[in-house]
Amino acid sequence: MSHATTMHAPVEPAESPLTPESWGKLGMWVFLAGDAMTFGSLLAGYGALRAGSLDWPDPTKVLGINLTAAMTFLLICSSVTMVKGLSAIKHGNQKGMRNYLLLTALGGAIFLGLQAYEWTHLITGEHKVLFTTFGEQKSLFGATFYAITGFHGAHVTGGVIYLLIVVMNGLRGKYSAENHNGVEIVGLYWHFVDLIWILVFTFIYLIPNPPNP
Amino acid sequence: MSGTHQEPNYMAVFYSLTILTAVEVGVAYTNTIWPGFPLVIMGAMLVILALVKAALVGMYFMHLKFEKRTLGIIAMTPLILCTLLIIALLPDLTGANRKPEKVAAVQAEPTEASPAADSN
Repeated sequence: MSHATTMHAPVEPAESPLTPESWGKLGMWVFLAGDAMTFGSLLAGYGALRAGSLDWPDPTKVLGINLTAAMTFLLICSSVTMVKGLSAIKHGNQKGMRNYLLLTALGGAIFLGLQAYEWTHLITGEHKVLFTTFGEQKSLFGATFYAITGFHGAHVTGGVIYLLIVVMNGLRGKYSAENHNGVEIVGLYWHFVDLIWILVFTFIYLIPNPPNP
Repeated sequence: MSGTHQEPNYMAVFYSLTILTAVEVGVAYTNTIWPGFPLVIMGAMLVILALVKAALVGMYFMHLKFEKRTLGIIAMTPLILCTLLIIALLPDLTGANRKPEKVAAVQAEPTEASPAADSN
């Protein structure tokens, strides 16, 4: 028995059939598919509540489009720095990878700061958008708005922490031109967060109310 | 798969996303500049623009274009389920509660609105 063990190389784990690079990448894709279902359900529920409401406030008048357009642009920029970071490590440039990932995390942190500013403005501003009330009205505008943008913000927070962990792993020399799966996987997560915001921006902020009958 | 393909032109994708975002904001203001502009067309344009942007991120930044097709099917599964969910919610989405007679019934007799709604 011991002779056989020394004669044969240890058994390699089976290769992932869809993502030969790593099982982790397939795992992230499956997680993202599940996460997308959660966001999809939230947005579909939001659509149903809004379409069935007679006193839904016009989001283009209550929510600032210009600020959120800037936030959208910021996330797009952070996606670019993310792909640049992956590209850097694929070429063996560890320092470039770390710098681009730090820039990506910074973009996420600024996004969160702007979201906090926006929420504060909405809660204390002229419209007094709270979770259960909107001024004198009882529409679910505030509840759906804070639930969806808050859930997305939680993802951005998680993404910033995840990015910083990957940067620290990079400092310990975990990634190289041959082994960059960890960077690619965090990239998938970050781009997903960007993709979801693109949809949230359109459905929550931009789509106008239909005229009342 | 994504490790072996040639790197896409990320900056071209970035410029496209930026331009599409600017177009989206422009479309969102159309109603203010041109009050008579049909809201359905405006909404449809915004949804199409968002889907194009989401597809660009998925295909190029997430490298879905260069992955195996089955992985793409996994990524598309939530869209299929969301479509089914939207179909299930269609009575609300089409604005059944917004019909004039229903609104009038609710406004006239708010306490009996629920039984009236059941009979519809």
